[in-house]
Amino acid sequence: MKQGSTRGLPGWRFAQGVGVLAGVVMAIALYMAFVYAPADALQGDVQRIFYLHVPMAWVAFLAFFVTFIGGIGYLWKRHRGWDQLARASAEIGLVFTTVVLLSGSLWGKPIWGTWWTWDARLTTTLLLWFIYLAYFMLRSYVSDPERAARYAAVLGIFGFIDVPIIYKSVDWWRTLHPGPVVSTSGAAMPDSMVYTLFVALAATTLIYAYLLYQRYWIERTKDEIADYQYRMYERQLEREMREGATI
Amino acid sequence: MRRELGRIYAVAWKDLLSEVRTKEMFGGMAVFALLTIITFNFAFDLTGVDRAASGAGALWVAVSFAAMLGLGRSIAVERDRGSLDGLLLCPVDRGVLYLGKLLSNLIFILLVEAISVPVFGALYDLPIYRPTLLLGLLLGTIGFAGIGTLFAVMASTTRAREILFPVLLFPVAVPVVIATVRVASLTLTGNTGDVGRWLNLLVGFDVVFLTIAFLVFDRIVEE
Amino acid sequence: MSDTRLRGAPPDIVSASAPPSVRVVGVTKRFGRRGVLRGITLTVQPGERVALLGPNGAGKTTLLRILATLSRPTTGTVEIAGMRPDRDAQAVRSRLGVVAHQSYLYDDLTAEENLRFYARMYAVENAAARIDEVLDRVGLTGWRNERVRTFSRGMQQRLALARATLHRPSVLLLDEPDSALDRAGVRILARLVEEHAAAGGTVVMTTHDLGLGLEVADRVVLLQHGQVVLDAPAADLGVAEIERRLGYR
Repeated sequence: MKQGSTRGLPGWRFAQGVGVLAGVVMAIALYMAFVYAPADALQGDVQRIFYLHVPMAWVAFLAFFVTFIGGIGYLWKRHRGWDQLARASAEIGLVFTTVVLLSGSLWGKPIWGTWWTWDARLTTTLLLWFIYLAYFMLRSYVSDPERAARYAAVLGIFGFIDVPIIYKSVDWWRTLHPGPVVSTSGAAMPDSMVYTLFVALAATTLIYAYLLYQRYWIERTKDEIADYQYRMYERQLEREMREGATI
Repeated sequence: MRRELGRIYAVAWKDLLSEVRTKEMFGGMAVFALLTIITFNFAFDLTGVDRAASGAGALWVAVSFAAMLGLGRSIAVERDRGSLDGLLLCPVDRGVLYLGKLLSNLIFILLVEAISVPVFGALYDLPIYRPTLLLGLLLGTIGFAGIGTLFAVMASTTRAREILFPVLLFPVAVPVVIATVRVASLTLTGNTGDVGRWLNLLVGFDVVFLTIAFLVFDRIVEE
Repeated sequence: MSDTRLRGAPPDIVSASAPPSVRVVGVTKRFGRRGVLRGITLTVQPGERVALLGPNGAGKTTLLRILATLSRPTTGTVEIAGMRPDRDAQAVRSRLGVVAHQSYLYDDLTAEENLRFYARMYAVENAAARIDEVLDRVGLTGWRNERVRTFSRGMQQRLALARATLHRPSVLLLDEPDSALDRAGVRILARLVEEHAAAGGTVVMTTHDLGLGLEVADRVVLLQHGQVVLDAPAADLGVAEIERRLGYR
C-alpha cells in the first residue's frame, strides 16, 4: 500500500470513483451557481451563497444521522467499526457545520447588516455545532477509549433526536419574535435555481461520502495502532518476566 | 412491577433521608438559586412593565443553574463514596436505578423551586401562582433533570466533570429552556393562547428523552 | 488458630451435576493500551474457599470486579453458578455477595436502615428477621440504630460483611476484607467464611495477610502481572514459600 493513501484498502476503487464523480458534479454545480442560475431579484448576486449554505446544512445533518446510526450500532453490537464510522462522520459533520455558520454570517451581513440572525436554521446549526463539539470534548476527557466510545454513542443519539426538537422550538419562538430569515427572498424559486440547488446538493453529498471513506480508514488505523502498541507492550513485559528482571 | 416501583422509591428515599440528616445539598442549592434571582435584579431591569418577559428567563436560569449544581453533587458523592457500585451490584435493572436517582434529584430541584418561585414572585411583584406556569415549570424540570441525571453520571467519570457536565447538558436542553421560559412569560403577561403547544413540546421532550435515558443507562454505568 | 478442620475440609454436600460456582475462561482485561489481566482460566467448585494472592497491580481487584459483574472482560467468558453475567445479569447478581474497599454503605443512614435498603433491593424474604440475624453474626446488634458515620473503620467493615451476606448469596467475593478489622473482627470473618463454605457456598478472597489467607482458605491462587502463576491446595503451601514465589525474598 502506497504510504499516505487508501490504495489497496477495501472499496478504494469505488471510493476513487466517487471522488472523481464528486469533482465533476462540483464543477457543474459551480458553473450552475455562478453562471446558469439567475441573480436573485431582491438580493442580487450575494444570494448565490445559498447554493453552498443550504446543501452543507443538509449534509451536516446527514453526517449527524450517520453518527447516530453508528452510535446505535456500537451500543448494540459492541463492534469498533461502528464507532469508527460514527466519529469519522462526526468530524466531517463538525467541519461542514462550521461552513454553514460562516456562510450564513457572510450571507446575512450584506443583506441584513448583521453578522448573525437568530433564524431557526442558523440557530439549530449553532446548537448542532455545540453538540458536535461536546461529542469530541467528551471523547477526549474520558480516559478509557472503550468507555469514550460508549458515552459518545449515547450523546450522538441524544443529539440527533434533539435536533428536530430544537428546530421546532426555535421556529415557534421566532414566530413570536420574527426577524431576519437567512433564505432566498421571493415567493417561488425559478426552476433554474431549484435545479442548481439539487446539483449543489448532489455535489456536497458526494464530497461527504468521499471524505467519510478516507476519514473512516484513518480512524480505523488509529485503533489498530493502539492495538499494536498494546501488543508490543505485552510482548516486552513477557520478555522481562522471563528474564526475571521485574516484579 | 410493584417490586420495581418499590425499588425506585427505595433508591430515592435513601437519598432524601441522607439529605434530611445532613442538609448539605438542599441548603446550598436554595441559597444559590435565591442569590441568582437577586443578582438578576442588578444585571437586568426587572422593575419595569416588561419585567414579566425577562423575569421568566431569570427565574429559569436561577433554577436550572441550581439544578445543575445539585445534579453534579448528587452523583459525585455516590461515585466518590463508591456507593454507586453498591447499587450496581444489586439484581436490579439499571433503568430502575436511573429512575430512582432521577426521582431523588427531581424532588430536590422541585423543593428548591418551591422556595425560589414564591420569593421571585414577591421580589418582582409577578403573578406566579398560575397552574399553567407551575405545570410548565414542572415539565421543564422533569426534562432537565432527566437528561441531567444521565449526563452527570457520564461526566462524573472524567477528570473535568464540572466543566464537561454543562457542555453536555446545555445544548441538548435548549428546547426545555425555550419552552419553559415561553410558558412562564406567556402566563405572566397574560397571553396564554399559545401555551398549549409549548406544553405539548415539553411533554414530548420528556417522554422521548427519559425513555432513551432509561434504555441506555445500563451501557453508561458498565465498565 | 491452626485448627486442621479449616484446611482442606471437603464440603459435605457437593452434587456431581452442580455447575462450578465460578468458571473463568481466557479472561483478559485491557484499558486502552494497558493490559491488566492476561488470560485467566480458573474454575472454583461449590464449597471451595480460594485465597487470591499477589502483589499490588497483579490484577486481583480487577478480576474480582469482573466476577462481581461490575466490569466486563475484554475477551473470555465468565460463568457464575453456570450462568453468564452478560445474559442473566440479575440472576447472577442475586447469588453474589461482595465486600470491597468501598463499604457500599450510606454514612448518614443507620446500620439498620442500610440493611433494610439492601434487603429491599435484593428482595430478601422476612427481611426484619434476617437483618437481626446478620447483625448478630457480625456482632453489631447494639449499634443497629447508630449512623454508619459514627462507626470505626473496623465496624463499617463488619457491617459490610453483614450487607454482603444478607441475601444468602452462594458466592462470596471478598476484596481485602481483613484490611480494617481488629482481631475480633478477623475472628468473625474467619468463622463466617468457614460456615459459608461448610454450607456449600463458595468464597474467593483477596488479602495481603498471607497467614490469614492460608488459614482461612483451602486453595491458593497466586496472581502476578495479570496471570495465574500458582494454583495449589493451601495445605501444601507455607507463607515462606509464597513469599519466595512472589519474589519478596
